Amino acid sequence: MTTLVELEGIEKTYGTGDAAVHALRGVTLRVEHGEFVAIMGSSGSGKSTLMNILGCLDRPTNGRYLLDGREVSKLDKSELANVRNRVLGFVFQSFNLLSRTSALENVELPMLYADVPGRERHSRAREALERVGLGSRLDHHPNQLSGGQQQRVAIARALVTRPKVILADEPTGNLDSSTSVDVMALFQELGQGGITVVLVTHEPDIAEFASRVIVVRDGLVQSDVRQTPKRARPQPPS
Amino acid sequence: MSPLQTVRIASRALVRNKLRSFLTTLGVVIGVGAVIAMMAIGSGAKAQVEAAFAAMGTDLLVVLPGSTSAGGVHGGFGSMPTLTWDDLTAIQSDVSTVKNAAPALRSSLPVVSEDQNWTTSVTGTTPEYFDIRSWPASSGNVLTQQDVDSTNKVVVLGATVSEKLYGPNASPVGQTVRIGQNPFTVIGVVARKGQSPSGQDYDDTAFIPVTTFAQKIQGGLKKYLSGTVYVGAMPGQTTRAQQDITALLRERHHLAAADDDDFSIRNLSEIAGAQEEGTKTMTTLLASVAAVSLLVGGIGIMNIMLVSVTERTREIGVRMALGARPPDILAQFLAESLTLSLMGGVLGVAFGLGTSAWLASRFHWPVLVQPDVIAVAVAFSAFVGIAFGLYPAWKAAQLDPIEALRYE
Repeated sequence: MTTLVELEGIEKTYGTGDAAVHALRGVTLRVEHGEFVAIMGSSGSGKSTLMNILGCLDRPTNGRYLLDGREVSKLDKSELANVRNRVLGFVFQSFNLLSRTSALENVELPMLYADVPGRERHSRAREALERVGLGSRLDHHPNQLSGGQQQRVAIARALVTRPKVILADEPTGNLDSSTSVDVMALFQELGQGGITVVLVTHEPDIAEFASRVIVVRDGLVQSDVRQTPKRARPQPPS
Repeated sequence: MSPLQTVRIASRALVRNKLRSFLTTLGVVIGVGAVIAMMAIGSGAKAQVEAAFAAMGTDLLVVLPGSTSAGGVHGGFGSMPTLTWDDLTAIQSDVSTVKNAAPALRSSLPVVSEDQNWTTSVTGTTPEYFDIRSWPASSGNVLTQQDVDSTNKVVVLGATVSEKLYGPNASPVGQTVRIGQNPFTVIGVVARKGQSPSGQDYDDTAFIPVTTFAQKIQGGLKKYLSGTVYVGAMPGQTTRAQQDITALLRERHHLAAADDDDFSIRNLSEIAGAQEEGTKTMTTLLASVAAVSLLVGGIGIMNIMLVSVTERTREIGVRMALGARPPDILAQFLAESLTLSLMGGVLGVAFGLGTSAWLASRFHWPVLVQPDVIAVAVAFSAFVGIAFGLYPAWKAAQLDPIEALRYE
């Protein structure tokens, strides 16, 4: 396995002087290709900040961040946007689909910013939706879909750019437990397809599906354990 | 992202809020419409003034004889004949900036046909007069030198007089009318000229040879020319001609340097210029008021765009997370405001044209829509869209994706 994400001494401080808040105090961390990592931590632990930095939505105050071999901690806004577009895929707790826009168009959205030609955009979006099991609901708007279906549209949207890493921020936070398991099954499938998944959660039973659990506390990595993931869906007989 | 995609996303966002988009556009529609209608009114008024002065004759000077001043009472110009026939000849032949000149002796007399009569201003003049005033015959002929030389009893009628005596569309050429005690043969009718800038009917007149006028109406040719002199200056030389004639007449009348002129020269181009300035000022005033409403429309766009950016903060966050660069977001919102204002511009052109047409038909106002005004109005509305859309779009582009995603 090769290293995909390499954080070295990442610090993030908000504010200055006495009012300064040290959200991250020196996180060093490596994620290999194809890993399924769950980041856990209580609120205020710094896990959201860590996620934002991993997602290139924010830049660290100090430290080095190599993503797929490229130093990204010093890039400007537009360059970060390009990295997010080409290397990363996002899945949010509240789905964040564009309302009054069809599933297909929602999935096409990131490709608009990658200048993918219209025909290819269409076929790739359709493919991604089929892959998450929504091939029959291409024209449905988010308000016509259940929460689980919306989250699968969001996963299709994250997948469609063929990212190296999918970052999921509490992806099951708004879903009931059986739908959550379905979504986790989908993530596990992606992992087997070679996509690295980094997941932030505060639910231990969700973290069980990951192959590695990192616990963050007070801006530092408290523990980092590799585990045998619990199967979200019975393995198809091989 | 391609410009086409940007425009598509923008127009979809606008279609989603149809009523809001329409109301926002309305400000620009009214602004652009008002600019076009006001400019049409202004240009129409200007064209009317120009037409009125063109009817008077271009490069036209009128020389009036001087005033009496007996015992400190000034009688006004024309109250004393100071111009002589020799003065006229001198103006005609000695001034290089003068193309031609014609006398105009006037008297208000009844013109009597077989069964009608009409009192009009009978003018005794020469053929040059029709040239100076650019006043051709619409039927028959104007006066000839032959008529003047032979003291012919012929008359050229103005359109109004012809109509009063013979009815509309009649051809009175060859008929006989009586002016004073003398019968005159109608040899022509001059083309309709309309009204003077002061509302006087140019066509309420009749022309006879100046020699005939002097003999039959004044009772003999006198030394002094008891009327005015119309001078046609060389093209564009009107002011020079005025100076030259002034110098010539002062010399001929032996006036000392301290003496006042005993004649006056009216330069109609100058009056026309002043009138045109007046309409230009009016047009500018109207257009600026209209432009203010366009400005208000622009502020409306800015207001709605700011609301829209706030409302869609989360959408902006999502787009940014998925890879939209700040310039992409800027372009998207600029495209929205530009689409709004351009749509307003196009609808405003229709509105302005409609208003102009309505004013023309309802109030018979002279309106003139100039194509370049339309182009300028549309361009200006586009400018308004960009100028007032820039700040909201910039605000959207500057949003922090993390904050934007968290926005409820």
